[in-house]
Amino acid sequence: MIPELGHFALILALLTALVQGTLPMLGAAMREPRLMALARPAARAQFLLVALAFTCLAWSFVANDFSVQNVATNSNSELPLHYRVAATWGSHEGSLLLWTLMLGGWSFAVTLFSRNLPAPMLARVISVMGLVSAGFLLFLLFTSNPFERLVPAAAEGRDLNPLLQDPGMVFHPPLLYMGYVGFSVAFSFAIAALLGGRLDATWARWSRPWTTIAWSFLTVGIALGSGWAYYTLGWGGWWFWDPVENASFMPWLTGTALIHSLAVTEKRGAFKSWTVLLAIIAFSLSLLGTFLVRSGVLTSVHAFATDPARGVFILAFLAIVIGGSLALFAYRAGKVGLGGAFGPVSRESMLLANNVLLIVALASVLLGTLYPLFLDALNLGKISVGPPYFDTVFYPLMAPAAFLMGVGPLARWTRTPLPELAARLRWALGVAAATALVAPFLLGRWSLLVAFGLFLAFWIFATTAVNLRQRLLASPRRGVLAKLRANSPSYYGMILAHLGVGVFIIGVTLVKGYEVEKDVRLDVGESVALGGYDFKFVGVTPQPGPNYRALTGTVEVRKDGRLIETLAPEKRIYNASGQTMTIAAIDTGILGDRYVSLGEPVSADATNIDGPWGVRIYLKPFVDWIWMGAFLMALGGFIAVSDRRYRLALKTRAARGFGDAVGHAGAD
Amino acid sequence: MRPYPRFAGGIALAAFALVAAATKMDAPADAAFDIRLKTLESELRCLVCQNQTLADSNASLAEDLRREVRELALAGKNDSEIRAYLVARYGDFVLYDPPLKRTTWLLWIGPFALLAGGGALWWTILRRRERAAGFMAPTADPAAEARGRALLDDGEGPPRAS
Amino acid sequence: MKTVRWSIPLALFVVLIAFLWIGLGRDPREVPSPLIGKPAPFFALPQIHGDKPLSTAELRGKVWLLNVWASWCVSCRVEHPLLLQLAKAGIVPVYGLDYKDKPDDARAWLAQNGDPYTASIVDRDGRVGIDYGVYGVPETFVIDRSGIVRYKQIGPLSVESLQEKILPLVRELQK
Repeated sequence: MIPELGHFALILALLTALVQGTLPMLGAAMREPRLMALARPAARAQFLLVALAFTCLAWSFVANDFSVQNVATNSNSELPLHYRVAATWGSHEGSLLLWTLMLGGWSFAVTLFSRNLPAPMLARVISVMGLVSAGFLLFLLFTSNPFERLVPAAAEGRDLNPLLQDPGMVFHPPLLYMGYVGFSVAFSFAIAALLGGRLDATWARWSRPWTTIAWSFLTVGIALGSGWAYYTLGWGGWWFWDPVENASFMPWLTGTALIHSLAVTEKRGAFKSWTVLLAIIAFSLSLLGTFLVRSGVLTSVHAFATDPARGVFILAFLAIVIGGSLALFAYRAGKVGLGGAFGPVSRESMLLANNVLLIVALASVLLGTLYPLFLDALNLGKISVGPPYFDTVFYPLMAPAAFLMGVGPLARWTRTPLPELAARLRWALGVAAATALVAPFLLGRWSLLVAFGLFLAFWIFATTAVNLRQRLLASPRRGVLAKLRANSPSYYGMILAHLGVGVFIIGVTLVKGYEVEKDVRLDVGESVALGGYDFKFVGVTPQPGPNYRALTGTVEVRKDGRLIETLAPEKRIYNASGQTMTIAAIDTGILGDRYVSLGEPVSADATNIDGPWGVRIYLKPFVDWIWMGAFLMALGGFIAVSDRRYRLALKTRAARGFGDAVGHAGAD
Repeated sequence: MRPYPRFAGGIALAAFALVAAATKMDAPADAAFDIRLKTLESELRCLVCQNQTLADSNASLAEDLRREVRELALAGKNDSEIRAYLVARYGDFVLYDPPLKRTTWLLWIGPFALLAGGGALWWTILRRRERAAGFMAPTADPAAEARGRALLDDGEGPPRAS
Repeated sequence: MKTVRWSIPLALFVVLIAFLWIGLGRDPREVPSPLIGKPAPFFALPQIHGDKPLSTAELRGKVWLLNVWASWCVSCRVEHPLLLQLAKAGIVPVYGLDYKDKPDDARAWLAQNGDPYTASIVDRDGRVGIDYGVYGVPETFVIDRSGIVRYKQIGPLSVESLQEKILPLVRELQK
């Protein structure tokens, strides 16, 4: 009954989405207010229907309804409640429904926060989102129905993949999708602007908060995925340049470029065409990612089970949506006109350089990800492109971008006298260089790569400090607090996000430069030393779990003779599937992690768990700075969006006036 | 001049203090052989896995291949000889670091060509803006110029009513 | 004029779609053999039945198939009837490479399911398999009179693969 209700809700949602996708847009073209007015109610109704369908599916999981195929394949009655809920999006069909729910949610949000948008603009934006929703709903209903029944019903489910039975599964997909899908709003704004023929600073102002929030969610989503892989996979890796990871990283890179480009368009009316193109590309990459993950075209640990029919459908969808957008762009972009002028040394030119670097990095990741496919399609053989390639290519491209992060905010708009800029930067350069030269010695071993990474990070810190100081000094207000309050959340968001990048760079640099590992066989009671710590293997005991049997090891960590932590790495054998999982135990610290995982028992009799075991020990200095940095970036984004100028109606009139002035200065 | 030196000193001190508090790491001197193998194996692909390195995989073929790599290393073969051994049997697919050959030329040159192209594009846009902009020179009215400059430099919002 | 420049993204996208379309028909996990056209790697291994070892030297001068199989391999059962038919038809000798298997289990399996092999060699630790670039079971190689590998079938044999690729090739090589 409930699954059928969910199925029916999806069908209704499709019909609503088709209405949402066509009538308001027609209304905008024909200037028919009644058609345009359909936008909000249609979008809201569509979201509620998809939410209903999603709730029905989640209910089926929670209630252990094994007559639903999806539940029988991905769940189990012994599965703890929160994982039964997470299993809703643990399959291709379920995660696609989550995608569609997010899309509806973003559309709903646009209907709520768009009071100052002119009706034709809103109508077009909602319609574009409606068309995309319709595409996904068609895909769901025709090839990936999550409500498919299993007749006769299974007595018990096959269980959720043990790798997914983790808090990461509860948070990572929803947050990641919030970001991925959120770029659809920027995309819709771009298409609406191209359709309406009006592309100016005001459009950039409307787009900016939506883009920034989506980007922040995506940052958190990717960071969670990376952290989850780190503690789950058992060998302390946190990024593998896997095709699916790249599929989420490419929209992120584009989104970063887009945020910066929107800043220029909003402030100076420049880069309009590029900004629109970036908005189209960002969401296109989200869609491409969806294709890559579900079509079987690339091999990945993250890939869903594949089916050629699905691949063809998504490809057709891609061709229509992206192809159509790029065709519209080709037709309309030339008519947009040039924006404000700027000189070679200016914030605009620095931001432009930054964007060029981000786009080149993104194109390189795309090239590396798809290259094996290109060669195979041309019958030129099969190759693999992995971390050695991406590391070699990506870091040299990002290093200049990190350097520019220090220069850009200190450069003035339009033009900056070079001597003035150099004077501001000189001190920061000195601090960064000094730290880079000395710090590696303090950490144990000098290395050029570590020095370079630290240089970039401290360069960012120092230039940010200079920027902040300058702002405070230039402010006419009295008192530090008043001076601080004079700056907008948008400014502090930028500061925080840039600091986050610096923190991230420190994490990556130091963990890559100084991580050590030992893979040893330890008898019960035997110790091994690594990096100033002493690890004593106490033994392994069996322990029952909610839906698994665990072999729990005990490893005592000592420093200078003092016991600082007792770690409990596990080997779990899950009841339903029989699969074994290695669960690492981590002693987390600000200055680094001590990471221990169990290998296999190495007695002559392999089933003897009381004898010696293979134990892997890793020391990962500053590794948590990687995710701390990412969260700071995201926090910066959220703070920036809280800026009142995006919301208050009072400002709207002034904003419109200003926007029109700038817009007309560069208009067609 | 502003008190930069003091400020600089403060930041540097904080930075040094932070870094000095970090744990000292031993150089990985022992078991260099194992580390060499681990590094080599982390650049080789497990053929039967869903995108995993030879170092990380638990598959039985991966164990066999790790055994081969170890025996070859113990027999005195260097890294490229070991790689060649595996490529002779499994093709380039087994390498995560794609070799530079005619078919992968575009892959390796691509990013740097794109960078060069991007740089050229950047330069061209800059030149075009410069040429197109007649109004790069300051306006006749210094007060208006100052107000415009203030708008661009200080706040990031539109002129407030107050 | 300007439209040309702004059409570049669209043009690139069309190329991308074309590649993705072709890619849908490919299997990214299939590893083609670099041994095609090269000499079949040497082996001298004990057989399943009897104690005399079998070496590649003895197989020169005839066209033969090498079928990689094991008693623990599930898909091998799928192709086994075809192998039995092939053996009965006597077109080409099939030699078995018993991969990472216990000889007792292998003998029992053959006794139960039929033995299509002219001889089966025992590769207990999989080293010969590695030399041949074996990464899964079953696989089948076609080797010619001079000992050169001519074709590799990845996965179980099927009626199509036999009729369209392997048998015509064998007949060609046997001329």
